[in-house]
Amino acid sequence: MATDVHRPVTPQTAVRVEGLTRSFDGRAVIDDLRLGVRPGEFVALLGRSGCGKSTLLRILAGLDRDIQGTVLVPRRKAVAFQAPRLMPWKKVWRNVLLGLPGKPARAVAEQALDEVGLSHRPDAWPKTLSGGEAQRVSLARALVREPDLLLLDEPFGALDALTRIKAQRLVGELWQRRGCAVLLVTHDVEEAVLLADRVLVMDEGVIAYEQEIDLDRPRDIADPRFAQLRAGLLERLGVDTAAETA
Amino acid sequence: MSISRAPPGSSEPDISSISPLKKAKAGTPALASLDLTPIVPASSRRTRVPRWLRRTAGPLLLLALWQLLSTTGVLASDVLASPGRIAQVAGDLIGDGSLASAMGTSLQRVAFGLLLGTVVGTGLALVSGLFRIGEDLVDAPVQMLRTVPFVGLIPLFIIWFGIGEAPKVAIITLGVTFPLYLNVYAGIRGVDAQLVEAGESLGLSRWGLVRHVVLPGALPGALTGLRYSLGIAWLALVFAEQVNADSGIGFLMVQARDFLRTDVIVVCLIVYAFLGLLADFIVRSLERLLLQWRPTFTGR
Repeated sequence: MATDVHRPVTPQTAVRVEGLTRSFDGRAVIDDLRLGVRPGEFVALLGRSGCGKSTLLRILAGLDRDIQGTVLVPRRKAVAFQAPRLMPWKKVWRNVLLGLPGKPARAVAEQALDEVGLSHRPDAWPKTLSGGEAQRVSLARALVREPDLLLLDEPFGALDALTRIKAQRLVGELWQRRGCAVLLVTHDVEEAVLLADRVLVMDEGVIAYEQEIDLDRPRDIADPRFAQLRAGLLERLGVDTAAETA
Repeated sequence: MSISRAPPGSSEPDISSISPLKKAKAGTPALASLDLTPIVPASSRRTRVPRWLRRTAGPLLLLALWQLLSTTGVLASDVLASPGRIAQVAGDLIGDGSLASAMGTSLQRVAFGLLLGTVVGTGLALVSGLFRIGEDLVDAPVQMLRTVPFVGLIPLFIIWFGIGEAPKVAIITLGVTFPLYLNVYAGIRGVDAQLVEAGESLGLSRWGLVRHVVLPGALPGALTGLRYSLGIAWLALVFAEQVNADSGIGFLMVQARDFLRTDVIVVCLIVYAFLGLLADFIVRSLERLLLQWRPTFTGR
């Protein structure tokens, strides 16, 4: 599955993982995994719950270091978690700037908030935000770091259906504008096909299946090719879609 | 807020328009005998007496009863002075300045003890909360010491520090240290691990994590500790001032005891209560100011 095989001698990669193993109490959750992501590529990572996809994301984020193998990631990376994880004691704009080196101006935060459509709420306390707003702040906090790699851990999982559609669209737009590599961990096949250049299916600790999505953007869920890709992936995940594809 | 009315401009048929429809085809007796009872809005059933008046009525009645028992002689003045007498004595004590100077002395003792105890308690909690080695070294001795009733140490403190201000401040310090230690320590260890991880992923340094994530997260616990500490500080003050004091509210009380002046004793008790309330008010204000970000905070 190595994507850099087709590349020149000095492969352009945003993520390179080789022989990665991560065990919990002697049980390998990730077992000799290989993964490559090109700069600017949008990769979605699917898998049943407990397959190790979130663990992989945490490893790439540098939050889990009890690992064996080679993991190369860009210095500038950012994470958005399933829960927004905003510091409740900091106002929105301070949350956005948290952890940035030096003393960044408030305008920097405001610009990032503007990008996610929240320019009117820099002075709000996190507790006053709706779920979708908080998630957008979390996204702004990731983007303000100008990452070369954006790691998204089921960022839409806790949102209601309507808010999720808007948030997905926003992520798609931001990715196209920023041009950073994105690794999206999700269990929503439709979301993966809608957003990603390439969908990976993780199973038994390795990337078990890989699917390029070469549909034109913006993508249409009603497109028969979309449905076909979705059905194929669902089948890979062990969901019988015979009735749905009919 | 009435159910039988639809919002203005609504095109949806509301409930009231359904019922005549049902009546129209009501051949069955079960439907025809539907007996409607109005749901009365809660507000119109309330009595007219305001809440605060009802809440103050109880204490006032008690006070009136007390005064009645005193004037009829059922309650002798050397058992408990009458409220009127107590008010008069309080006026006298305020007038000649002895209450103010006693309060000043006592407040100073509490302030010193509280300050020292806060520094020691918070300091120890930071050491054992932030560093694992600190926890190993500090936590066990502190947990052992805290089970010793601090009031029991008064004789030892008098031997060590004499009978001046030092043993009094020391006893307050000791009383204040432990609740602060326990709450700050628990606050630090109770900080949401997900937020710490988020801070880490944002590139915060160790000190940055402490400053922006751990300490603000421990603040609610610290303020709870401060509240406990204040309560204990007054308690410790009462104990400390009953022993070998030559000034302060406790000294006033000891003096009054020797002359069977129950009126002065009650005045001193009221002063203690008042100071306690004041301290509580200060901490509440601090909480309102510092914890306004808290989703659970409803003190507004």
